[in-house]
Amino acid sequence: MAARKTTAKPNVSPEELTQYYRDMLLIRRFEEKAGQLYGMGLIGGFCHLYIGQEAVVVGLEAAAEEGDKRITSYRDHGHMLACGMDPNGVMAELTGREGGYSKGKGGSMHMFSREKHFYGGHGIVGAQVPLGAGLAFADKYKGNGRVTFTYFGDGAANQGQVYETFNMAALWELPVVFVIENNQYAMGTAMKRSTSTPDIYHRGNAFGIPGEMVDGMDVLAVKAAGEKAVKHCRAGKGPYILEIKTYRYRGHSMSDPAKYRTREEVSKMREERDPIDHVREMLVQGGHASEEDLKAIDKEIKAVVNASAEFARESPEPALDELWTDIYAEAAD
Amino acid sequence: MPTEILMPALSPTMEEGTLAKWLVKEGDTVTAGDVIAEIETDKATMEFEAVDEGVMGKILVTEGTQNVAVNTPIAVLVEEGEEVPDLARDQALAAQPAEPAAQPAAAAPEPAAPAKVEAARPEPDWPDGTKTKKQTVREALRDAMAEEMRRDGDVFLMGEEVAEYQGAYKISQGLLDEFGSKRVIDTPITEHGFTGIGVGAAFGGLRPIVEFMTFNFAMQAMDQIINSAAKTLYMSGGQMGCPIVFRGPSGAAARVGAQHSQDYAAWYAHIPGLKVAMPYSASDAKGLLKSAIRDPNPVIFLENEILYGRSFDVPMLEDFTVPLGKARIWREGSDVTIVSFGIGMTYALEAAEKLAEEGIEAEVIDLRCLRPIDTATVIASVQKTNRCVTVEEGWPVASIGNYISATLMQQAFDWLDAPVINVTGKDVPMPYAANLERHALVTTPEVIEAAKQVCYR
Ligand SMILES: Cc1ncc(C[n+]2csc(CCOP(=O)(O)OP(=O)(O)O)c2C)c(N)n1
Ligand SMILES: [Mg+2]
Repeated sequence: MAARKTTAKPNVSPEELTQYYRDMLLIRRFEEKAGQLYGMGLIGGFCHLYIGQEAVVVGLEAAAEEGDKRITSYRDHGHMLACGMDPNGVMAELTGREGGYSKGKGGSMHMFSREKHFYGGHGIVGAQVPLGAGLAFADKYKGNGRVTFTYFGDGAANQGQVYETFNMAALWELPVVFVIENNQYAMGTAMKRSTSTPDIYHRGNAFGIPGEMVDGMDVLAVKAAGEKAVKHCRAGKGPYILEIKTYRYRGHSMSDPAKYRTREEVSKMREERDPIDHVREMLVQGGHASEEDLKAIDKEIKAVVNASAEFARESPEPALDELWTDIYAEAAD
Repeated sequence: MPTEILMPALSPTMEEGTLAKWLVKEGDTVTAGDVIAEIETDKATMEFEAVDEGVMGKILVTEGTQNVAVNTPIAVLVEEGEEVPDLARDQALAAQPAEPAAQPAAAAPEPAAPAKVEAARPEPDWPDGTKTKKQTVREALRDAMAEEMRRDGDVFLMGEEVAEYQGAYKISQGLLDEFGSKRVIDTPITEHGFTGIGVGAAFGGLRPIVEFMTFNFAMQAMDQIINSAAKTLYMSGGQMGCPIVFRGPSGAAARVGAQHSQDYAAWYAHIPGLKVAMPYSASDAKGLLKSAIRDPNPVIFLENEILYGRSFDVPMLEDFTVPLGKARIWREGSDVTIVSFGIGMTYALEAAEKLAEEGIEAEVIDLRCLRPIDTATVIASVQKTNRCVTVEEGWPVASIGNYISATLMQQAFDWLDAPVINVTGKDVPMPYAANLERHALVTTPEVIEAAKQVCYR
């Protein structure tokens, strides 16, 4: 890990920093395990890993309050773990089992938790953006002070519905943070081949939405930006855009050979900008954790992840009559 | 403990692949994330990363080997200083193929609709002696929304021109005055976006009514209606209900050409997760819309511009609702069953009057809803008349009439004395010229002709 500025005055305590380390490591190890289970044929279909982007969700969750909502695309495992959903339930959904969050009927791209205010998991690029604004609309209607984090990719940022939503969110002053996870690629298309201007967050200017670029490999920078955005929304000033520069180490999905970028580009990122190494270093250098402490955390996380994989293999497939349930909701009366 | 590295599945369809190249050799130290091999799948050459750390103990499958089945052990990883285990195991022994998935029991080709309904009886939807008043469909729709908005503060209306302009077709007249701009919301012209916002608001616990100026424009929002509103309950294992009503006129108005004249009944009826209502009369417009607003599911509510100004008897009841999924028998008859819905009912009823003059008694059924669809009432009627004609404005291919015909063939074959005839709009985009448009639409003479044909008269 070469020269990198660590935030001058960390906006966190050593305990919090340790927690972020733990949360990011959980995502990384979980995703590695998911990749492994995919390789064994236990997970099918599309499976989009979040490795490399961990600081984005962990930093923003650190800026959220209980009751705030989040919604994202199909690259959703990290978001679910970061908002406190059970790794067992997530992994079992990946394997299509009864114990999964959607009883095996949603899969990697479609998971939800009302309890944790996680609204999916959406497979259509960009569709979650108006949905997220709609969640914020509901909160504003109810006047409950909640904020919705609406995540989408650099590729999704070229969808028309995103700008339809920017317009209405600004017009109606909806409490929504638009989080552009700019990992610089949409499948095999580098951003500069798809996007007319280099900075996506500037597009908010056209709608009067403030925004900023954030270093997404630095969890503290993300947290600080998140706090600012949330404050803006909670003050009733309408939406805010965070364009978070990040990087995915793995292919777009499990079946992507990633030939559109060099191996050097990836390894440079991994070696110089890894968000987990960054926090690890801060912990060690600041004297907040010893190598032993960190090893203990690693071990603990590994156990959680292994248990989730075990659960996901043991949980039975859904009963066949599940095919016919959850198509219509019953009237409550 | 030594760890076996297995041949990975690297695409959704991969069953075997070629181990193209090893990038490590025995004795090398590897850490998680290191690329250790290149593997050719059915689609591409992929890099294969280690997930565990250790020392390459033994390479079991040499590079260049083809047709290596997924899950075959290809190498063994050991811990630093650990002995490479004696690999007596037969390397050729590929991993056991996964057990074939249990075949699902043959599923009945039934639509995923709530429990079966009993056949309708030819009675009005209100108790004997109830006072009625004449109301237009337009007024009935407005009253339905107003009553439900009074009843539930979470119900709101959004759409283009619904508030200050009072509705492009004046359906929302007076609602802004009564409920204010928080609950009656003018949107920009941005169907995809505001439909998504409506669906999100429904996920967030509100009960939106989304008005489309006409359903022609909802095609821009089709993705949100189907992929987000209709499917999310299922994809979430029952967690994310979406109580929302999408309403507006569908079908031909008059002389507005192909892009503004289309009947969407069959489109939406196709989708599990949606309910679809298409009223003809004012009382049904009112009663069904109130039920739709209360329903915990997404409901497509297809109105008709030509019917907006027609008057019908509407019961003067404090809270009049009509259940979704129940047909209404408008006219009893013994010779032929005419099944229709929406504006098709105009032709069906007119044809029945004319047929009666010629001694043919037609039973006329208004389906009122296309999902759930009340086939029980149709079947019961056909068991009496033995003949059936369907009438709809939409196109003939994959129409509602096709579905009714197929259902009758499967469930009432022995009662049918003639093939069912589907009277539909013509299979062309809607023309502008007055004479051509008239021909493109269903006509009453066509319905009469079809009825006579199934009666062999
Ligand atoms: C409307 C739509 N078009 C195309 C796709 C196929 N697709 C899935 S992901 C993707 C790339 C999206 O990239 P980005 O928004 O940058 O998100 P990332 O995958 O990088 O997280 C594409 C084209 C889709 N799912 N939906
Ligand atoms: Mg991207």
